[in-house]
Amino acid sequence: MEKTIAGVATALGIGAISIIRVSGEEAINIVNKIFIGENLKKAESHTIHYGFIVEGEKRVDEVLVSIMRAPRTYTKEDVVEINCHGGIIATNKTLEILLANGCELAEPGEFTKRAFLNGRIDLIEAEGVMNLINSQTELNRAAAFNQLQGSVSARIEKNRKKITDLIAHIAVNIDYPEYEDIEEVTVDKIKKNVRKIKKDLLEVYQASKNGKLIQEGINTVIIGSPNVGKSSLLNVLIEENKAIVTDIAGTTRDLVEGKLNLDGVILNLIDTAGIRKTKDKIEKIGVQKSLELIKKAELILLVLDNNKKLDNDELKIIEKVKDKNHIIVINKIDLKSQIDKKQLANANVVEISTFEQEKVTKLKEKIKEMFNLEKIQQKDLTYLTSARSIALLQKTIAILEEIESSVANNQPVDVLEIDLKRVWHELGLITGKTYEEEIIEQLFANFCLGK
Amino acid sequence: MYDIIVVGGGHAGCEAAIIAAKFKKKVCLITSNINNIADLPCNPSIGGSAKGVVVREVDALGGVIGKIADQSQIQMKKLNIKKGPAVQAYRAQIDKDLYQKNMLKELKKHSNITLVEGMAEDLIIENAQIKGIKTEQEEYCARAVILTTGTYLKADILIGNTRKRSGPGSEKPSLYLSDNLAKLGFDIIRLKTGTPPRVDKNTVNFAVTDEEKGADACLNFSNFKQNEYDLNKQVSCYLTYTNPQTHEIIRNNINKSSMYGGLQDIASVGPRYCPSIEDKIMRFYDKERHQLFLEPVSLKSPKVYIQGLSTSFPIEIQEQIVHSIKGLEKCRIITYAYAIEYDAINPQQLKQNLETKLIKNLFMAGQINGTSGYEEAAGQGIMAGINACLNLDKKKAFVLKRNEAYIGVLIDDLVTKGVIDPYRLLTSRAEYRLLLRNDNADQRLSHYGEKYGLLCKKEIEIFKQKLKKLKKWEQKLKETYISPNIENNEYLQKLNSTKLKDRISLYDLLKRSEIKLEALQKWLKIDAEIEIKEKLEVQVKYEGYIKKAEKDAQKMLKLEKIKIPEGIDYYKIQNLANEAKQKLSEIKPTTLGQANRISGVNPSDIAILSVYIKGKRNGK
Repeated sequence: MEKTIAGVATALGIGAISIIRVSGEEAINIVNKIFIGENLKKAESHTIHYGFIVEGEKRVDEVLVSIMRAPRTYTKEDVVEINCHGGIIATNKTLEILLANGCELAEPGEFTKRAFLNGRIDLIEAEGVMNLINSQTELNRAAAFNQLQGSVSARIEKNRKKITDLIAHIAVNIDYPEYEDIEEVTVDKIKKNVRKIKKDLLEVYQASKNGKLIQEGINTVIIGSPNVGKSSLLNVLIEENKAIVTDIAGTTRDLVEGKLNLDGVILNLIDTAGIRKTKDKIEKIGVQKSLELIKKAELILLVLDNNKKLDNDELKIIEKVKDKNHIIVINKIDLKSQIDKKQLANANVVEISTFEQEKVTKLKEKIKEMFNLEKIQQKDLTYLTSARSIALLQKTIAILEEIESSVANNQPVDVLEIDLKRVWHELGLITGKTYEEEIIEQLFANFCLGK
Repeated sequence: MYDIIVVGGGHAGCEAAIIAAKFKKKVCLITSNINNIADLPCNPSIGGSAKGVVVREVDALGGVIGKIADQSQIQMKKLNIKKGPAVQAYRAQIDKDLYQKNMLKELKKHSNITLVEGMAEDLIIENAQIKGIKTEQEEYCARAVILTTGTYLKADILIGNTRKRSGPGSEKPSLYLSDNLAKLGFDIIRLKTGTPPRVDKNTVNFAVTDEEKGADACLNFSNFKQNEYDLNKQVSCYLTYTNPQTHEIIRNNINKSSMYGGLQDIASVGPRYCPSIEDKIMRFYDKERHQLFLEPVSLKSPKVYIQGLSTSFPIEIQEQIVHSIKGLEKCRIITYAYAIEYDAINPQQLKQNLETKLIKNLFMAGQINGTSGYEEAAGQGIMAGINACLNLDKKKAFVLKRNEAYIGVLIDDLVTKGVIDPYRLLTSRAEYRLLLRNDNADQRLSHYGEKYGLLCKKEIEIFKQKLKKLKKWEQKLKETYISPNIENNEYLQKLNSTKLKDRISLYDLLKRSEIKLEALQKWLKIDAEIEIKEKLEVQVKYEGYIKKAEKDAQKMLKLEKIKIPEGIDYYKIQNLANEAKQKLSEIKPTTLGQANRISGVNPSDIAILSVYIKGKRNGK
């Protein structure tokens, strides 16, 4: 039986909706486990269902799920496609949940490979897809390489090395049983090693999960004097993204409060509280507060009123903003201009009117231009490989836990070694360094054997 | 005119000839010295980790190494008892004289085997098909030929600064065959191995060494014939060690060793797993001592083999080294250690059935394929023999998969990955070690032996009885339930096991690692043979792990089932990486699974290749 695989079928960061495809015998069962809505197991083939992806009790994303039963599917296996609406984070979260529930992460091209192997697509079709996959794989490799330059990679490699040594050591014990002068790897020694390795990998796992790698998206602030149209701008942006804005529960006001997806560019809105309040209560955001926000932000939208002269506070802020990714949004261009444009030299300026949809589009274009597509794609690939690495890491830790329970059940070294080898293999997939001969080489390099 | 000619009378050659005879073929075994059939030119032992399992596999298929070893052993041991079920194996100390005698007797039992003394020098080939061989005097015609030339091809014996063209133990070397193979297009590689000195047991002071005894119960390699032997007559081995003085002698004279400057023209590669004593001293500088096992060569011979002391030092240094060792101070060296260089072919030029890709019906087995070890040779010998017969009968090749047998791992490794140094089987080379156990060799392979008619009626009956008994006891364990009463729980507590809460079958109880099969005798009298008990215990206890391994193996098999048609031009396949194109063209894998194991061929290449094959099949 082939394993059930899951993967993001659409390029992340491009398009507001991303599709996660799940294929294999268990596809419907697994998705059903993490889905609130109707019972997918009873769903007819080729039907679409509305509901939520959940992790435990928590709703992760609002989704549409397509159920396609074998054999009339892309892979000729049972296929479930989840249309995620929540942007990259929710998509990856959903993928993670699938992997935690028994799916294997699809290798690049694996759906097509299955489609082909199961006789679903013919040569010409497959070749076309393969071309695409090949180029994707190259990007993936580059991204994986970049990501793995860092200290995380070194740390994973260090643990893998420990496992390699341990396995080689056990192999020597097995293949040269009479060489008593080589220290015997006991169950106890395995236990100690496994505990240490697991602890270290758990740290890496937590760090990766919490870290920047997962929290992709551009931290954005909208600032400006009272009544310049900040909330109108926000509302227009939200208008376009009605289904996509999600309040992340439990975050403090300082952190991300909502997400906007502008044709694939994700904006994490920081501190919108002040803006929202302006609806019923005028609240002045002081220069000090604005400067603080600028520090935190990766993109600053500074809104100015076309109809007013720039005051000293605004001028101060403009100076600060120039050093960062910023857009000075001149609102109310339908009114008479009072702004001295000279004071905005060297700044990114977009003139809009929140009443005119077309003018707002200019702002969106500007944002997309600033964070150009290629850059985003690179970023997302880093993200994707990182989601993959994290999934692999998660699996590794699960195997280490299995080993611990086998140790508790007094299983012999031989049996434990089989799972150690699985750990070694998974870690190798993360760093891209697994090759079978390695253990044997290690064996001969480090131990003195002979007849 | 013969059906099959086997060139070489070593462990590969004997298996090949005998199995072909069982196929009722007219066989000619050509060897340079009939009196030296089935020689053990190195260690006087058979079996060991992984290798011992191969012996049982050969036996399960109808081969002879297991039975002859059982008949000729003077000490049996079970290795890795405490390490777990999948790594246990038998090893026998062999009476070399007896082994050779018994093998010759076995060969002579088969009236359709003709033994010929001669040295094969060339092959007779027509239209890329083998027709026979030429010796120095004569031509012999055959429909298939199996080359099992061991370490004889252009063999050189190296001792100190001397190089002498000679086979192992002063046997005649084969001078011309490897050049003629090269002319046919075979890549010749040069390998090296070595052997330690043999000393006179009457001059060894065993009293100062540690005695190593055999197992305290009768063990047999054979799956079909359980010999009872006198445990009191088991011969011991002895353990001694090198010491700082030994190491000093070696360091002071290091440049006199052939490999460390004694000879300037060393082009061969020695085995990593079998370094000489000088290698060990130079590479592991901080080790204070190295183990040396003293193993009797035979009951009649005074020779004792010093395992661990293989070297290519000149004889006067060998004298110094040996005499520096505890227990050997006054001993007499009967034969000196030497290194031996020999030609082999690149095994990537073989198909999975061990037939050469260049010449039809020409097969190769044993050390000529870059392996080392009697067991590895026997495993290839039987497979080459079977496949030569199947070729002649126009039947499908017999290829063992990596999840079926160590023999499968061995041959797949050889033909897919090639060799750099002489190849030795290791348990770590097998992905599905838990499936390839010592206890289940017959369950894995005897149905093949039966299918090809290589097992006699009696053997098949023994095998079927075993399966029946196994099933019966398995069923009984499943049917017998025990309840959580005080008596049972007290008993379990005594065995350091947890109390029962609900009733449980003995089958499930046995899954607990601390509960041995014997412990179940309290509830169910299991009066089965030890062999059945062993099989039963492993099968039940490790059921979960075994199933996991089987599942992994199935995944591999899916790719294994996809055949790659012959004659693909890999350079014409778009998108295939250049390295993959080159490697695939060289190795010409027969299945997608094999292609997947070639180093340098990536998963994306496999996907593209699978697309291409499918297209070819559809005629696009």
